[in-house]
Amino acid sequence: METILVAEGLKKTFSLSRKQQKLEKTNSKTKVAVDNLSFSAYKGEIFGLLGPNGAGKTTTLRMIASLIRPDQGDVVVDGFSVVKDPQKVRERIGFLTSELKLEDFFTPNYLFDFFSELYGIDPTTRNERKQKLFSRFGIEKFAEVKVANLSTGMKQKVSLAISLVHDPDIIIFDEPTNGLDVLTAKTVTDYLLELRNMGKSIILSTHIFSLVEKVCDRVGVVIDGRMAACDTLEQIRNGKSLEDRFFDIYSEMKGGNDE
Amino acid sequence: MNNNITTIIKKEFARFFGDKRMVFTTVIMPGLLIYIIYSFVVGGIRDTFESDKDYRPKVYVQQMPQLLQPMFEALEMDITDATTTDIESIKPLIENKDIELLVAFPTDFDSAMANYDISDSTLAAPNVLIYSNVTNMESGKAETVVRSILSSYEETICNKFNINALTDETANEEFNLATDEDFMGQILSAMLPFMLIIFLYSGCMAVAPESIAGEKERGTIATLLVTPMNRSHLAFGKIISLSFIALISGLSSFLGVILSLPKFMGSAMEGMPTNIYTTSDYLLILGIILSTVLVLISVISIISAYAKTVKEASTLVLPLMLIIMIVGIPSTIGGGNAQTAISWYFIPIYNSIQAMTGVFSFSYSLINVATTIAINIVYAAAFSYVLAKMFNSEKIMFAK
Repeated sequence: METILVAEGLKKTFSLSRKQQKLEKTNSKTKVAVDNLSFSAYKGEIFGLLGPNGAGKTTTLRMIASLIRPDQGDVVVDGFSVVKDPQKVRERIGFLTSELKLEDFFTPNYLFDFFSELYGIDPTTRNERKQKLFSRFGIEKFAEVKVANLSTGMKQKVSLAISLVHDPDIIIFDEPTNGLDVLTAKTVTDYLLELRNMGKSIILSTHIFSLVEKVCDRVGVVIDGRMAACDTLEQIRNGKSLEDRFFDIYSEMKGGNDE
Repeated sequence: MNNNITTIIKKEFARFFGDKRMVFTTVIMPGLLIYIIYSFVVGGIRDTFESDKDYRPKVYVQQMPQLLQPMFEALEMDITDATTTDIESIKPLIENKDIELLVAFPTDFDSAMANYDISDSTLAAPNVLIYSNVTNMESGKAETVVRSILSSYEETICNKFNINALTDETANEEFNLATDEDFMGQILSAMLPFMLIIFLYSGCMAVAPESIAGEKERGTIATLLVTPMNRSHLAFGKIISLSFIALISGLSSFLGVILSLPKFMGSAMEGMPTNIYTTSDYLLILGIILSTVLVLISVISIISAYAKTVKEASTLVLPLMLIIMIVGIPSTIGGGNAQTAISWYFIPIYNSIQAMTGVFSFSYSLINVATTIAINIVYAAAFSYVLAKMFNSEKIMFAK
């Protein structure tokens, strides 16, 4: 299988404010969010990063998307390093996360055109793509409604369509179904499978076992910023349900020291 | 221009001009408010201090000297001879504002004046008593007029020489050699540069924090940063579009001042020339203003990019406003004299005010104005570079 993304020894440390120190109940001024994390993803597969909240999944994805720089290590995306060539990486990926917001004032139609222009998409291709994506997600009905007036589900659909304006080969989804109702969540998961069938490579992060079981080919279990296990879904499950296996791995990692 | 820069500019314009409320509050309202306040409120206050031109103050005079009688009668006043009335009974009339003034000459004023010798310390000078009421504006004015008549009468008695006296030879002579244009230029150059810079700064304050700190606060700038767009294109696009919006906002306030000026200044402006500047003067002013707005917007953008929220940005830009006011004040009291040494024109903001003062007072040097514009553009470019670097810094853009 062809490797499309390699993360090698990723490390990211954040400094903590006094307030954060209190919340985290620690005296340490820094927090290691991602600690020597490595994995590879292959072309045409869905790779899932599974882990509890605060495990470092989002930080990892943000480093892959070149929004933040790793303190150590590197990610090579389709042959380009996020440290040396972040712009080339950005051209090749689509990134969907709840932290990237759309301006309330504009309509989905305007925003699609705006982002297409930033990616240098010609108007004909843009219109074709827009028509296809908007009809796939039923955005046509509210294409001229300001983002401010859309529901969470509608916004997520628009964000999804906009993250795909440049038809990227690698798509990174951070908790793609979080906060969505069951119907919208199903639209999103179905679309993930569709993208895979189109030959796209997908990296997603989630804490939902059923989502991983439904769509992922391979899984990396992230606990405390470290890769606790990384293999195909079948190998990870090892005959058990993913949920049971996850708790096994979790207690192995924690070694029964505090929890 | 680079495609991404135009895309950002178009988006910023669509955001601003598409929002009627925003256009109203940042462009239309400031100018309109200033116009209303200056022309109606300030003009109205001034009107209350200006008396009725047709009003004739009522003045009681006791023992009017013969020589002074024609002078008093020539005044626009109702003069009543009150020689036989007791002073004490006239005082309440002034107190109650029924009459304006009482002028009481001593008995035999003419002879007492003639006999008075300044070198003889045993003699007291004849004393004229004037009773008035300071809370009655007409009373105060009548008193000033009467005092000036008495003073000039005193001067005529002991006249030794004149200054600029009207004789047949000097009848058509103009002694103040300043032209009306120069005079107007002096007034405007003391007033306009300071006002312009303050209004432009307010315009910048109204748009930049919202567009940069606001986008950061709402998480929409992160969506832009995940695209392959060059960070410097984002910085340039923001600075150019925001400068334009700030400029029209600042000029709206300025227009409000200019339009209300005739009402605000009242009679002081009567007969003054209004169109004293040439097209090239206006072009120079426009050049200075444009380059100044670029500097102001880029500085406020840097502060806004540093701030976590719009509120924080708005607080952080206030001290800068104070600095600008302090820098601007000398030009308002300098009486329209601009600095001549070129070194002053390397200091941003100060150079703009000095260059504008020079143009408005017809005393500019083209080199200084050109230096101002060039230096401002260099500063704006340097600040844009800093802003691009900030857009690239995760610590600044994603700080929580």
